[in-house]
Amino acid sequence: MTEPREEPGQFPFTRGIHPTMYRGKLWTMRQYAGFGTAPETNQRYKYLLAHGQTGLSMAFDLPTQIGYDSDDPLALGEVGRVGVAISSLADMERVFEGIPLDQVSTSMTINATAPILLALYLVVAKQQGVPWSKITGTVQNDILKEYSARGTYIFPPTPSLRLVADIVEFCAKEVPGWNTISVGGYHMREAGCTAAQEIAFTLADGIAYVQTCIERGLAVDSFAPRIAFFFNCHGNFFEEVAKFRAARRLWAHIMREKFGAKNERSMMLRFHAQTAGSTLTAQQPDNNIVRTTLEALAAVLGGTQSLHTNAKDEASVLPTEESALLALRTQQIIAHESGVTTEPDPLGGSYYVESLTDRLEQQARDQLHKIDNLGGILKAIESGYVRQEIYRAASEHQQAVESKEEIIVGVNDYVCDQPLKVKTQQIDPRLEPRRRRELAALRKKRNAGNVKKRLATLEKAANSSENLMPVIVDCVRSNVTLGEICRVLRSVFGEHRASRSV
Amino acid sequence: MKSKRPLKVLIAKAGLDGHERGALVVAMGLRDAGLEVAYTGIRNTPEQIVASAIQENVDAIGLSSLSGGHMAQFRRVMEVLKQEKVKGILVFAGGVIPDEDVKKLQKLGIKAVFGPGSSIASILAFLRKHLKQGATAASWR
Repeated sequence: MTEPREEPGQFPFTRGIHPTMYRGKLWTMRQYAGFGTAPETNQRYKYLLAHGQTGLSMAFDLPTQIGYDSDDPLALGEVGRVGVAISSLADMERVFEGIPLDQVSTSMTINATAPILLALYLVVAKQQGVPWSKITGTVQNDILKEYSARGTYIFPPTPSLRLVADIVEFCAKEVPGWNTISVGGYHMREAGCTAAQEIAFTLADGIAYVQTCIERGLAVDSFAPRIAFFFNCHGNFFEEVAKFRAARRLWAHIMREKFGAKNERSMMLRFHAQTAGSTLTAQQPDNNIVRTTLEALAAVLGGTQSLHTNAKDEASVLPTEESALLALRTQQIIAHESGVTTEPDPLGGSYYVESLTDRLEQQARDQLHKIDNLGGILKAIESGYVRQEIYRAASEHQQAVESKEEIIVGVNDYVCDQPLKVKTQQIDPRLEPRRRRELAALRKKRNAGNVKKRLATLEKAANSSENLMPVIVDCVRSNVTLGEICRVLRSVFGEHRASRSV
Repeated sequence: MKSKRPLKVLIAKAGLDGHERGALVVAMGLRDAGLEVAYTGIRNTPEQIVASAIQENVDAIGLSSLSGGHMAQFRRVMEVLKQEKVKGILVFAGGVIPDEDVKKLQKLGIKAVFGPGSSIASILAFLRKHLKQGATAASWR
């Protein structure tokens, strides 16, 4: 229960992490973007920054996320599709050309290859003359939800957790302003789980990371303040507001009582929210503007620290410049015209919202107990329990839609006869051949002996327990590619196999 | 002659795409309707998908892709089916696939493409219609 006198900015932070919330500072408007090649992405970033966006959010293509260079046969058809293709230092330099890294914060949606992308960013910062103490940003670095829902894992869970902790430990010393993990519930919710499950699975993953870092010998208050969260903002308005409040309260108690955190910043659940892609429909796409507005409003009333609003066309295609701008404008209208920013936690005290908050907290606690009884989240993931729970909920939702127990406007009711229009994504067909040529040229030009030496050092370090971050920084600085680094790590760590169970 | 066993479908994820919700919801829906369903899991090469289809002795393959790699991946699946001289397997697809590509995929022999918002009922109706015509008593068996 919210204590009757609980104020915003006070433990357990049900009502928000700051006493004044948006009166003091608006949330960061952070639109996820990135596609095709480094120059195209660079141009989109400059466009978004020029229109008032306040932070960058980098989308990578699947080969980059799964550790293959653009010229790898397994990258066929996927290069530059769902994000920008980054294989080497030259690509990263080009993405940030003309964007001083001490003046933006950059959030990277990257997990299995997070150490490599972070290393590339750090080397670009050095080249720009920006000290690591002056850069801010986030790597998602949340591998556990990849096994449950998102799917861009490479290695088995145990070596993957080591890489997560390598980043946390390295940044605590070298890059103090960096958010080292963004623990995500977004993708599990997109895959179909409920609001209460989203809280529970996310916090369970968070608990596993904190545990891993403590076992590494790090003091909880030395790294926990740099852990952030990433939630979905779905369609059920009040339930979503309550979800954010319940998650904050639960995390604060876990950090204080389970891990003995003393610093209040370790107990504060800071989060990024994104409106729900899975609620967008390909049918009647203009309806999505309305859905996104309601979802964004719920995230703001729930006290988010940063927000991505989806564009109306994203059920079928990457957003155009025009639809991406409309999505950003939606946030700006909520921020500057709606008046909801004047009071922190404006729904606090509402009987409905408070009781929903309590109920979601209790349901999430029950789910966490169940996970404990299964032996913890790693066991629950490995046994397939988390996947089963998520996809069972997804299947139940589908049944409710087919029986019209749930109405989706324009899909199973209020349907128009207009044909569905799914547009072609404008990705240049010459992109893959061009990437292959670029990489061939790079491999020819660089110092081959140096590359060989770096990879040998990496292999040795991977076989020991030493922190891999400094070694990876040396690799990328010597133009060793992402795919080459991952090939070595695959040979040492092995690969995780996909689940085939239905 | 067609045997009396239930129709068997392979739901397959091609390429590096990790979006499983659609594939799994379809797999569960078809299974609940009485079909036998096998699932490849994510990240399969076209060669692996065809090998699974042969091994599982399926009547139909449902290909899923949401990452934009469908043209390259699905085309290759159809090529490998031909190379392996597999005939009589009904191939359909689902995911985020632009209109222009739907026509191209149909030319390659993919019988139907189910876009976002498609119902399980419509997929079932499609399978029953095409598999009952007897055109699919997989001749390589």
